[in-house]
Amino acid sequence: MTKTKHFLKGLYNAVPIGLGYLFVSFSFGIMAVKSGLTTAQATVISATNLTSAGQAAGVEIIADGGTIIQIILTQLLINLRYALMAIALSQKLAPEFTMPHRVFAAFGITDEIFAMASMEKSLNPFYMYGMIVTSAAGWVTGTFLGASAGSILPASISDALGIMLYGMFAAIVIPEARKQKSVLVAALTAAAFSVFFKFVIKTVPVGFVIIICASAAAAVAAVLFPVKDEEEQEAAA
Amino acid sequence: MKTALYIAAMAIVTYLIRMIPFTSIRGKIRSRFIRSFLYYIPYTVLAAMTIPAIFFSTGDARTAAVGAAAAFIMSYFGLPLTAVAFGASAAAFVASLIF
Repeated sequence: MTKTKHFLKGLYNAVPIGLGYLFVSFSFGIMAVKSGLTTAQATVISATNLTSAGQAAGVEIIADGGTIIQIILTQLLINLRYALMAIALSQKLAPEFTMPHRVFAAFGITDEIFAMASMEKSLNPFYMYGMIVTSAAGWVTGTFLGASAGSILPASISDALGIMLYGMFAAIVIPEARKQKSVLVAALTAAAFSVFFKFVIKTVPVGFVIIICASAAAAVAAVLFPVKDEEEQEAAA
Repeated sequence: MKTALYIAAMAIVTYLIRMIPFTSIRGKIRSRFIRSFLYYIPYTVLAAMTIPAIFFSTGDARTAAVGAAAAFIMSYFGLPLTAVAFGASAAAFVASLIF
């Protein structure tokens, strides 16, 4: 296959991802503007970050008047999963995937692109670029529309859309928690810690709450349920 | 200005997390604890971000609770991410018409 064919296949295969991103990022755009950011700022965040949970947490911290250290640590922790995905993908790259391609394509390692890319036996850089273009187009357009038109919508609708991202997060965690008791315990532990910080220790900034709760719960789960290699493979799939 | 700095920090950190392992790490992490920790991190991060924040996400605890319930039920039955995200919003919206 030629470079162009790989690219076009990537563009086409990522259409469902792009459409999904369009709506989820619409919700992010609304949330960002509600938190005090401008439409331009929200759009730039989406264009440069291309990730949902990290962006949402970043905006929460900015709105909360958090420090840059909190931003950096939170991004590091929330997006750490991309490091794992990057490691997994680095094992299945085609010979054409030279170092410059790695440097560029790394930008587009998202949960969904990773899921599609890891189905390839030999991952072509242009296939990945195609997927990134479609996905990023949806993500950035949706953010812009949500941020700019979100305020035109009646409050009842924009309020209702505010729950979308959280719904997506639930849809990532719950099916896995249903399959694996270890994930269920990890998620419930994290949720319990998070509730505790929200209602009992109210002074800790939101950025650190996420880091503390997530790290503590993951450490508990890692001690109670150390992963086997097969599980890691499953996580990568 | 401060916000621009924060946005730049988000972008740089997020990119480096993807780029450094993608260009350098090829070997397997040997520590079973660290591998396990990293395996659970996405789920604990999302759980901590979602609960209790989801119940404050619509500005009204009652509509948020209805939306959250819809999200949890649809997720339990394995519906796609987009469907769950929409369903939760739709449920919260319908609830806002009733309450």
